[in-house]
Amino acid sequence: MKTMKRKVFTAAALTGAAIMVTGCELPVGVETDQKGYRGLGLEQVTKRHLEARKRADMEIPPVEGPASTGGPKAGDIYENVEVLGDLSIGEFNRLMNAITAWVAPEEGCNYCHVPGNFADENIYTKIVSRNMLEMTKTINTEWDAHVGQTGVTCYTCHMGNPVPENIWYEDPGMKQAGGFAALRMGQNLAGDNVASSSLPNDVFSAFLQEDPKNIRITPRTSLPGPEDPDNLVDAEWVHGLMIHFSDALGATCTTCHNTNNFPDWTNSPVQRVTAWHGIELVRMLNVDYLNPLQPVYPANRLGASGDAPKANCATCHNGLQLPLDGAPMLNDYPELNRVERREGWTPVQGDAATTEAKADVAQDAADA
Amino acid sequence: MSMLSFEKRYRVRGGTLIGGDLFDFWVGPFYVGFFGVLTAVFALLGTLLIVWGAAMGPTWNIWQISINPPDLSYGLGLAPLDEGGLWQFITMCAIGAFVSWGLRQVEICNKLGMGYHVPIAFGFAVLAYVTLVVFRPILLGAWGHGFPYGIMSHLDWVSNVGYQFLHFHYNPAHMLAITFFFTTALALSLHGGLILSVTNPKKGQAVKTPEYEDTFFRDTIGYSIGALGIHRLGLFLALNAAFWSAVCIIISGPFWTRSWPEWWNWWLDLPIWA
Repeated sequence: MKTMKRKVFTAAALTGAAIMVTGCELPVGVETDQKGYRGLGLEQVTKRHLEARKRADMEIPPVEGPASTGGPKAGDIYENVEVLGDLSIGEFNRLMNAITAWVAPEEGCNYCHVPGNFADENIYTKIVSRNMLEMTKTINTEWDAHVGQTGVTCYTCHMGNPVPENIWYEDPGMKQAGGFAALRMGQNLAGDNVASSSLPNDVFSAFLQEDPKNIRITPRTSLPGPEDPDNLVDAEWVHGLMIHFSDALGATCTTCHNTNNFPDWTNSPVQRVTAWHGIELVRMLNVDYLNPLQPVYPANRLGASGDAPKANCATCHNGLQLPLDGAPMLNDYPELNRVERREGWTPVQGDAATTEAKADVAQDAADA
Repeated sequence: MSMLSFEKRYRVRGGTLIGGDLFDFWVGPFYVGFFGVLTAVFALLGTLLIVWGAAMGPTWNIWQISINPPDLSYGLGLAPLDEGGLWQFITMCAIGAFVSWGLRQVEICNKLGMGYHVPIAFGFAVLAYVTLVVFRPILLGAWGHGFPYGIMSHLDWVSNVGYQFLHFHYNPAHMLAITFFFTTALALSLHGGLILSVTNPKKGQAVKTPEYEDTFFRDTIGYSIGALGIHRLGLFLALNAAFWSAVCIIISGPFWTRSWPEWWNWWLDLPIWA
């Protein structure tokens, strides 16, 4: 009996130890970053090997030498060059090469062009990239409060993938019983959005879309009342969004907040200002650029509720506080800031992007 | 101070760990010993250093006085006194005083021929403190990871360090520690209530015996742990509370740098369903 007990105990202890060990990092290669006054825990601890692992797939593509700025303009020579028409032929082709390397290195030109006829508009990826070019210019020229002088290129989000790795769709949640069955309230599902916590999952639809929920929910009165309509549930939604921020940037709450007083700006690290502009930026991206592309995409690019793929913090940041560790790629491709829509051309739907979409439009017209 | 008549009988010579008979005496009700002297010296020095730090600081407001550890840039080296050096000396004094106090308990145990349960239990509290200000800072490579000595400021530290892991309640050792703290309080209140209830019967009735205590709990939950057992349980619960507290903070940083909710991904990733 006694040996039996001992065996059970040993087995339990070994199992426990194994779980503990597999769930642990080694205490080596510790790096710390102090973000506030000494001793107040305003710091972030990282491990060199984990940081290196995050960057394992990250390489900055080689830069092609600058192209000649002279000669005829691309818009005058090629057909259907609607947003890059102002570039010289040399600049235009250099940028096309770069975009291919950034977005579709394996698929090549034919990912966005109909083989044999590059002017053909009958391929949705071309329409999407045109809008993405305009979006990139808007980010670089109007949102320096968030992207600074580093700016963004296609590679910031795409990193060699035709579809950026970190995008999101509306998440209607799993199907569940109605009636008197307990409602999940969109939480307790260990979702990736909120780092597997029990917090509400679909924080992106709630905060990074049109008519976003209120992020500032700190009460100003001691008891809830008409002046403070927000409650603990609202706080959990915000906490979920903030967890996404942290995970998307490999950061922590203390990167932007002194948790002594979350809403107080005077004691917050300056990163919070950048982040604030980031929230506004990503909402703008979704509302002005990504949602309007919905009719252009084929069904396999749409989400479960038929919505377009959208951006959040992780789309560009990919786990790093400075995307691509702040590699100044835009410096080598200033042409991205010369995106200019040609007269008479309207983005997206106007050109009836895909055959499917064209058929839909025709159907709608017939119905009307 | 007065002494109960029987106490003198237990004031025996010897049992000291160090210093022989030199400090083997009492002051009033207090046994002194070498470690008593050491405790007094460290405690006084540490307190005076805190007062000095407060005098150099911006406020005498008792809630806001704070002696902070050095910048992380000082690593594991010494810092100038007004830039965290004081914190380092005060930490040494605190550890000196706590450890001396524990060893004084050992000497008293020796004199009385008792087990070392009390100093061991006290040792767990000291262990938790030393984990916070020595072991974890060493593992992370800077004294600046210790917590500041201030009533409000140490709470800021707790909050900020917790939020580095996005949601500290997902720290498995923190879960255990909290559970043990609450259970300790539950067990102590049940035990305290039980003892007071049997020692305060109706006027004119005799104090109830342990059989009554046992019967009460057998009637309530079908089991009584017994008069000795409840103290074993209490010690077990309390030591675990302190122990898992120490574990929960030493794993935060040295052994885990990501968010605590994500630690539980090992469960989601188990090959049974992943």
